[in-house]
Amino acid sequence: MIEVEGLTKYYGRSPVPAIEDVTFRVEKGEILGFLGPNGAGKTTTMRIITGYFPPSKGTARVAGYDVMEDPMEVKRRVGYLPEHPPLYNDMTVEGFLDFVADIRGLERSRKKLRVGKVAERCGLDDVMDVRIGKLSKGYRQRVGIAQALVHDPEVLILDEPTIGLDPKQVVEVRNLIKGLAGERTVILSTHILPEVSMTCGRVVIINKGRVVAEDTPENLTARLRGVRTIFVEARGPADAIEKVLREVPDVKDVRNEGSEDGTHRFVVESTLEKDVRAQLASSIVSGGFQLLELRPVGMSLEDIFLQLTTEEGA
Amino acid sequence: MRGFFAVFKKELHSYLTSPIAYVLAAVFLVLMGFLFRNLVMQFNAFCLTYFSQAARFGGQLPELNLNRIVVESFFGLLGFISLFMIPMLTMRLYAEEKKLGTFELLTTSPISNLQTILGKFSACFVLYAGTVGLTLVMMGLLDAYGEPDWGPIVSSYLGVLLLGASFVAIGILASSLTENQIVAVAISFGALLLFWLMGWASQFASGGLRKVMEYLSIIDHMEDFYKGVIDTKDVLFYLSFTFFSLFLTAVVLESRKWRGVR
Ligand SMILES: Nc1ncnc2c1ncn2[C@@H]1O[C@H](COP(=O)(O)OP(=O)(O)OP(=O)(O)O)[C@@H](O)[C@H]1O
Ligand SMILES: [Mg+2]
Repeated sequence: MIEVEGLTKYYGRSPVPAIEDVTFRVEKGEILGFLGPNGAGKTTTMRIITGYFPPSKGTARVAGYDVMEDPMEVKRRVGYLPEHPPLYNDMTVEGFLDFVADIRGLERSRKKLRVGKVAERCGLDDVMDVRIGKLSKGYRQRVGIAQALVHDPEVLILDEPTIGLDPKQVVEVRNLIKGLAGERTVILSTHILPEVSMTCGRVVIINKGRVVAEDTPENLTARLRGVRTIFVEARGPADAIEKVLREVPDVKDVRNEGSEDGTHRFVVESTLEKDVRAQLASSIVSGGFQLLELRPVGMSLEDIFLQLTTEEGA
Repeated sequence: MRGFFAVFKKELHSYLTSPIAYVLAAVFLVLMGFLFRNLVMQFNAFCLTYFSQAARFGGQLPELNLNRIVVESFFGLLGFISLFMIPMLTMRLYAEEKKLGTFELLTTSPISNLQTILGKFSACFVLYAGTVGLTLVMMGLLDAYGEPDWGPIVSSYLGVLLLGASFVAIGILASSLTENQIVAVAISFGALLLFWLMGWASQFASGGLRKVMEYLSIIDHMEDFYKGVIDTKDVLFYLSFTFFSLFLTAVVLESRKWRGVR
C-alpha cells in the first residue's frame, strides 16, 4: 500500500541530510510503527509521504500513485495527523470537520454521515458546537485524529498521535488506532517503545535519518533483551572460522558480514551476562586462524533503544 | 472548485467571528464619514461665498461642481485609507496558517494552491467591497440634498474596487512570505506605498524607466474613473496587477515547498 524507496531529504542548503536512503513498505491493513528518538527524521519522512514537500532523492508511492507525479491522487487517499494538530481556533469542532471533509474531497452526500461517525468514534459528540480554541489538549488531539479520518481514507499517517495526552487518553487513542487495523493502512510515529508493541504489527526503527532495523515488536524486544554483539575480523577459511565461533559457549548467533581477499567479518551475538571475548580470541587462534580485530559493537539497536523512552506516558 | 468555496467560506467566517474585521470596518467608516462631512462643509462654504468671489474672478466664475469638489476627493481619500486598512486585513491570511500549522493541512489536502489563494483573495475582497459599499449611504445623502452626477460615482466605485483588489493581492503575497503577521503588514504597507508614490518618483526619472514608473503608478490609473470614464487600459492594469501578485504568491508557496522551508 505504501512503498518508500531511497528517500533522502536535505533541508534548505543544509549539507547534512535530515533523512538518508529511507526504504520500507507497508502492506494493506497493516499498522506500522515508525520508531525513533528525537530528530531521527520521522516527521520529515511522513511529510514527504503526505506530499507536504518533495524529497531530495527517492520515491514514495501510496496505493500505486507516486507522490511527486500524482500528488492529488495520493492526497485524496491519505489522512494525516501532523505533529502539531492543525486546528483553527475560531471554528467549532463541527465546522472544522465539515471544512476538512470539503477540502479533502469527500462526496457531499456522505459528509454528514462521516462527520457524525468520526465524532462518535473519537468521542467528540459533546463538543461539536464548542470552539476549538476552548478545548483541552486531549480534546484537541482527538479533533486532530478525527480530521485525519473524516474523509474515510485508505491510508492514515499519524505523527506522534499520543503525545501530550494523559494516560487514560493515551489508552483510548491506542485502542482507537488498533481498531483501525485491517480496514486501513496506518503509519504511526512515536518515540515511546511500549507504544509500538501495543499497537503495531511491525516496526521500522529510524535513527539519525537512517533505517536501522525493521521487525515485529516481539522480535525487537527479544533482541533488546540480553544480547551482546561483538565484531570479529579473522583470516582463514570462512566456514571453519564460523564453526569455531559457534562452538564457543554462550554464543547465540554468528553472522557472516562479508569477506575481502581471505579476510572475513563476523558479527557474534552472545548473552549479555557473559563476556565471551577472551574465549572467542583463543578459539580463533588455537584453531590456527589469524585474528585481525575483535571489538564490541558500540552503536547498535540497544543504544538506540536507550534513547527511546521506555517509560509509559512520557 | 469545491476547495475554493470551502476556503472562501472559512476565511469569511473567520473574519466575521473575529473583532478585527469589525473594528477595521468601523474605523474605516467613521473616518470616511468624517472626511465626507468635511468635504460637504467645504463645498458649502464655497457655495456661500461663490457670488462674492465673482468680482475677484472678473465675472469669469469657476464651475460650481459637486462632483469635482466632493466626489473626487472622497474617492481619492477612500483609496488612501484603504492603503492602511487592507494590509491589516490580509496579514493573517497565510502568516497565521503557517504559525498555527494549519498550512500543513492545506498543503496535504487534495486542493491546489490556486484554489486556496483565490479563496482567501475572494473572502478578503468581499469584506472590503462590503465595507466600501456601506459608504453608499453617504452618496445617498449627497443625492438627497444635492444633485451629484451618478456616472462618475459609479465609475469611481468600480475604480476603488479594482484598486482594492490590487491591494488585497499584494497583501496576500506579503503574507505568504512570512509566518509573522507584523512582518506581513510591514511588507505589504511598504510595497503599496512604493506603488502609490511611483507617479511622483517618475518625475525624477527619464526615458524608458520613466514610462515604466508612470505606468506602475497605482493611483494615476484612478484619474479617469473619478471623471466617469471607464478606460479598458486602466481596468486591465488593475486586473493584471492583481493576477500577477496572486501568481507570485503561488510561486512563493511552490518554491518554499521545494526548499523544504515553510
Ligand atoms: N524545517 C526544517 N528546517 C531545517 N531542518 C529541519 C527542519 N525540520 C527538521 N529539521 C531537521 O531534520 C532532522 C529530522 O527532523 P524530524 O523533525 O524529521 O525528526 P523527528 O524524528 O520527527 O523528531 P521528533 O521526535 O523530535 O519529532 C532534525 O535534525 C531536524 O533538526
Ligand atoms: Mg517529529
